[in-house]
Amino acid sequence: MSLSVRIIPCLDVTDGRVVKGVNFTDLRDAGDPVEMAGLYGCEGADELTFLDISASAAGRETTLDVVRKTAEQVFIPLTVGGGIRTVEDVNQLLRAGADKVSINTAALARPELIAEIADRFGSQVLVLSVDARRARTQSGFEVTTHGGRQSAGVDALAWVEKACALGVGEILLNSMDADGTRAGYDIGMITAVRAVSRVPLIASGGAGTLEDFSAALDAGADALLAASVFHFGIHRIPDVKKYLQGQGYSVRNAQAS
Amino acid sequence: MIAILDYGSGNLRSAQRAFETSGREVVITSDYEVALNAAGLVVPGVGAFAACMDGLIKVRGDQIVRDRMAAARPTLGICVGMQILFAQGVEHGNHAGVGIWNATVEKLDAPILPHMGWNTVKAGAGSQLFKGIEEESFYFVHSYAVKQAIGAIPTFSHYGEDFLAAIEDGVIAATQFHPEKSGDAGLRLIKNWVQTL
Repeated sequence: MSLSVRIIPCLDVTDGRVVKGVNFTDLRDAGDPVEMAGLYGCEGADELTFLDISASAAGRETTLDVVRKTAEQVFIPLTVGGGIRTVEDVNQLLRAGADKVSINTAALARPELIAEIADRFGSQVLVLSVDARRARTQSGFEVTTHGGRQSAGVDALAWVEKACALGVGEILLNSMDADGTRAGYDIGMITAVRAVSRVPLIASGGAGTLEDFSAALDAGADALLAASVFHFGIHRIPDVKKYLQGQGYSVRNAQAS
Repeated sequence: MIAILDYGSGNLRSAQRAFETSGREVVITSDYEVALNAAGLVVPGVGAFAACMDGLIKVRGDQIVRDRMAAARPTLGICVGMQILFAQGVEHGNHAGVGIWNATVEKLDAPILPHMGWNTVKAGAGSQLFKGIEEESFYFVHSYAVKQAIGAIPTFSHYGEDFLAAIEDGVIAATQFHPEKSGDAGLRLIKNWVQTL
């Protein structure tokens, strides 16, 4: 008996639609997040993540609807992030059927939000999303905002330690240097964050080759999040799982269709 | 009819849909009579032990579980809904549970907590719940668990150490993992439980 590594596809959603191009020929409607979620579920995704990039309140309402429909049809865990500012935002998402929420900017602006959410709903619902890049800070990594374009003026490792003390249940580490490059996860960053945290760690940003996935696990990640390599069909989830199984990692349903 | 006990532990619609895949009618209720008389009762649960227990008592859930046992009606506890059936939990201090089983829910001894993700189990001999899915994985999210064999058919999993992943004990059963979030294997487990009703 052993805990499997988790493969987590991430869907960017705005106004109820998947934004990033998705290259699946067998989809009736590639822009429908509920259908995409179902497909990834069938392929063996261990969890799903929706990143809500809606700019408007109406768009956020629509996202709640998407979460509701997905949770009623796809029976694997669902994490929703993007634009969460308050405990009430979290409450609405959980009530709609999200299992976990990820917070980012709002926690940087007001770290007590972490404790408020953890106290009310438990740490297990709370994922801290850290957009980090290499920089001349104490640890060599800093937190960024605005999709990696601006420095938050915070050392990434110090932030992770603080957030863990406040009660986050999991860390989603996004390398802004590697994001979208498909040149591999930032292994040094994963190793550094693993060393200062005692909660599950999801690596994100840079997945390209199959070897990239196992390298991130070797560095201490518990789960692997990826978007474009799955959306564009560069790798399918069962192929990643078969590869990781061959590398000695425990995976769930490597044989899924 | 299957009842899912609503005592303030978040979204239950997803669980309702999962149990509906068994073909049975499923209602979400906090009504004592409805919960008492349902063919099967599901006690879900997320959050901390004490908060869950408080919520349970508010809807007389502890009494419902005991009265159903006395009437030989099946009940299934899920995650914290399993934990609160024990005598005691130690999450954020010592707290009394319903006390169906005399054991304490303790913190798992593992370097990384919560135990979050898909894990396999060693199904207890004669298990009905795991029939046909003995080799499958199930979705766990927890930091606390019971570590000793309890009930007629205990099923163990391992994370840092062995812990109870499920119990089948006469009319009362429980899973530490979330069958409603465990994909096809979870739906099969739900179906297996429904077949015992």
